[in-house]
Amino acid sequence: MAELTPKERMAIERHPMPEQRPEDRVKNFDEVPLGFAQEVAMREAARCLDCKSPQCVEGCPVSIDIPGFLKLIEKGDFKGSVKKIRETNFLPAICGRVCPQDQQCELVCIVGKRGKPVAIGSLERWISDYERENKIREIPEVAAATGKKIAVVGSGPAGMTAAYEIRKRGHDVTVFEAFHRGGGVLVYGIPRFRLPLSVIDEDLNFLEKMGVKFIYNTIVGKSMSLDDLLGSEWGFDAVFVGTGAGLPKMTGVPGENLNGVYSANEYLTRVYLMGAGNFPDNVTPLYQGKKVGIIGAGNTAMDAARTAKRLGADVTLYYRRSEEEAPARTEELHHAKEEFINFKFLSNPVEFIGDDNFFIKQIKCDVMKLGEPDDSGRRKPEATGESFIDDCDTAIMALGCDVNPIIPTSTPEIEVNKWGVVVADPETGATSKKAVFAGGDLITGGSTVINAMGQAKRAAAALHDFVMEQGNAFGYWK
Amino acid sequence: MPKLYEIVEKQDLVPGMALFHVYAPMAAKNMKPGQFIILRVSANGERIPISISGWDAEKGTVRIIIMAAGRTSTEAVALKQGDCFQDVVGPLGEETHVEKLKGTAVVIGGGYGTGAVMPPARAMKAMGNRVVGIIGARSKDLVLLEKEMREVCDEVIVCTNDGSQGVKGFVTDGLAGLMEKEDVQWVLAVGPVPMMQAVGNMTKPKKVKTFVSLNAIMVDGTGMCGACRVTVGGKTKFACFHGPDFDAHEVNFEELMLRQKMFVTQEKIAMEKLQEVK
Ligand SMILES: Cc1cc2nc3c(=O)[nH]c(=O)nc-3n(C[C@H](O)[C@H](O)[C@H](O)COP(=O)(O)OP(=O)(O)OC[C@H]3O[C@@H](n4cnc5c(N)ncnc54)[C@H](O)[C@@H]3O)c2cc1C
Ligand SMILES: Cc1cc2nc3c(=O)[nH]c(=O)nc-3n(C[C@H](O)[C@H](O)[C@H](O)COP(=O)(O)OP(=O)(O)OC[C@H]3O[C@@H](n4cnc5c(N)ncnc54)[C@H](O)[C@@H]3O)c2cc1C
Ligand code: SF4
Ligand code: SF4
Ligand code: FES
Repeated sequence: MAELTPKERMAIERHPMPEQRPEDRVKNFDEVPLGFAQEVAMREAARCLDCKSPQCVEGCPVSIDIPGFLKLIEKGDFKGSVKKIRETNFLPAICGRVCPQDQQCELVCIVGKRGKPVAIGSLERWISDYERENKIREIPEVAAATGKKIAVVGSGPAGMTAAYEIRKRGHDVTVFEAFHRGGGVLVYGIPRFRLPLSVIDEDLNFLEKMGVKFIYNTIVGKSMSLDDLLGSEWGFDAVFVGTGAGLPKMTGVPGENLNGVYSANEYLTRVYLMGAGNFPDNVTPLYQGKKVGIIGAGNTAMDAARTAKRLGADVTLYYRRSEEEAPARTEELHHAKEEFINFKFLSNPVEFIGDDNFFIKQIKCDVMKLGEPDDSGRRKPEATGESFIDDCDTAIMALGCDVNPIIPTSTPEIEVNKWGVVVADPETGATSKKAVFAGGDLITGGSTVINAMGQAKRAAAALHDFVMEQGNAFGYWK
Repeated sequence: MPKLYEIVEKQDLVPGMALFHVYAPMAAKNMKPGQFIILRVSANGERIPISISGWDAEKGTVRIIIMAAGRTSTEAVALKQGDCFQDVVGPLGEETHVEKLKGTAVVIGGGYGTGAVMPPARAMKAMGNRVVGIIGARSKDLVLLEKEMREVCDEVIVCTNDGSQGVKGFVTDGLAGLMEKEDVQWVLAVGPVPMMQAVGNMTKPKKVKTFVSLNAIMVDGTGMCGACRVTVGGKTKFACFHGPDFDAHEVNFEELMLRQKMFVTQEKIAMEKLQEVK
């Protein structure tokens, strides 16, 4: 097949991602985007101009060789293509699905300057699904055993990536996880219709096949301290901490403790970790009324809204700013609109009103308008003096999380900033406590999967230098 | 070595209530008085919080007492020695605040609470305090751990609603008598919410420091969901993370009792499904 010219490549239209129809998908938890067929993927990959200095690679926090893996898809060397991605990204099947591509790699793709960018995320998903379905994933050779023992705390994207990067370098790795299964927010936050469990379990099983050990139902900072891990009893040479954010922010408005008012963490954990959606087969209960109100407009709010819809509710989302300021991924906001979610922007909840047996029955909101930008650059919402009351018999507060304080409070020498976020060197992930490295939401507050992975990779490299007593990381805690 | 979360010993205390020694080394290793665990009985089960009435860090076992209330506790009480729980995680929550007193310390247990106050009672005794234990029960054959309480405390007062043993009435009647003749300076009460509330109401006017262990509904137990939120001193606290012990004089008990009813309809359905299966 003759090499296509750039003009011919530019002429190919970006292929839309086939999806379940809205009226079908609101009745099931299967994945909404159905994925590309092989020829579609190969054609889409052919749109890439194989730029000499590819902007897209700069846009990717783990700098995948994007033109490289796309070219191999176009040529049909699928094994080679996924191998190329795996040189820098351990969780492509997850990133291909949840990465905010439109603000990262695809944002800066040249082809996107005139028309739509190359569908990099979808192709990353396609090739990793191809790898999983055809069972062609190879276990990378693990370096010779170094005799060093490393503990990883938390099994979310940061912990998983750190465990992989550290194990690959020949160290003995043990992951400690508070819950009874691994995956972190990938499992109990991001819904099944965006990220199937089989994808996450594949990566967790893969880590086990590489020799990574998992100890579940263990809370570092409670079951034992970081000093215990680094001491003679456990004998770890260094620790990577990836315990995420996790402390739900509440509205603080009256009526917040009424029955039927959840934090998004509680609601999504009941449904996705404990399977409360098919109660009573799964015993964890879920109370959900007919009219569900969602507070907030980030990824979490969209996920909570679309979950409540699938569980049969009439859902309205309230956000104090306007649609433009909504922090959710554009694709998820779009999906939520298609799935009959009602939106009330410029509406700020000021009270939850209860019935006489303490269950929420209404929500009162102030009508807002946008004033001058606040310190985060977003325009400050101001009350107009007008307000309204809606019927609402379940409310879900999706306002983000602060950092899980168990590790910082149980380890005073770990420095935190005024928001309780653990302070870590941006290049090495080193914390103020010797031999303790960190990455993910713990050091940023609520962020993204790909940022957690990028930080974990850098921390793993520095941790390796530290335990092998080489490089500048070794001298970090002089 | 026992299997993970194996029941290495089981005693049926009274009908619908059993005592278990469970092999859970990660929980036992660092356990402190007043802390608790969360357990599941099956892969599709719910997570329920259970207090610790004792532990053995070397053997890696924790001692728990479960009262059959609804679906999960009923399934748990039916388990036999050699069976395994699905999951046990802990230690959770903060340890009970103990201190050396000039006067008397009182621990009050109702139902499974009698087991829950045992470790804090031992801790207060070890600091050289005079410790009086009050055990509440409907009748004498429901009085729990009396022998052990007598070994740990300097004195034990049993209160039975029907008067079949000790003081006739509630634990507050036992406490009232005690407060008249001794300088009570510290009280810990664990049991049904109305009991804890009554103890708090009694000690508040006399400004006697009183702790209660709040049994809010919980999911994770590590402070990440807010299901267990209670109002203490006008502020929202997470019982699993800031508690479970709180200052009885600051707790909004009405709100706690209302919030405990959030899943009552689902709890009935879950119970019916269990009886259906049986
Ligand atoms: C609903 C929702 C939707 C989201 N959608 C997206 C999206 O579409 N795209 C995107 O990029 N990002 C998304 N995010 C953000 C993303 O999930 C997080 O940035 C990412 O999960 C952070 O990874 P982490 O490994 O740092 O922490 P987490 O994923 O939070 O994992 C932390 C793990 O550590 C465990 N742990 C905590 N404390 C302890 C302890 N003391 N001892 C042992 N284990 C402990 C926890 O149980 C958990 O398993 C979303 C978040 C939420 C809540
Ligand atoms: C910190 C803490 C320590 C606890 N320690 C123990 C213990 O040592 N032994 C023990 O048996 N239980 C203990 N509990 C209560 C235990 O969690 C309940 O037994 C359990 O939640 C009931 O679950 P279930 O599914 O059996 O009943 P559910 O189906 O949840 O409820 C059935 C009925 O039991 C009542 N109920 C539900 N939850 C509670 C509760 N938390 N307290 C009292 N009644 C309740 C409700 O009124 C309901 O009608 C503790 C709770 C907390 C928060
Ligand atoms: S990991 Fe994320 S940013 Fe990087 S190429 Fe994949 S989708 Fe783009
Ligand atoms: S910027 Fe776009 S066209 Fe250029 S290499 Fe990256 S994906 Fe291909
Ligand atoms: S049980 Fe989830 S925060 Fe306490």
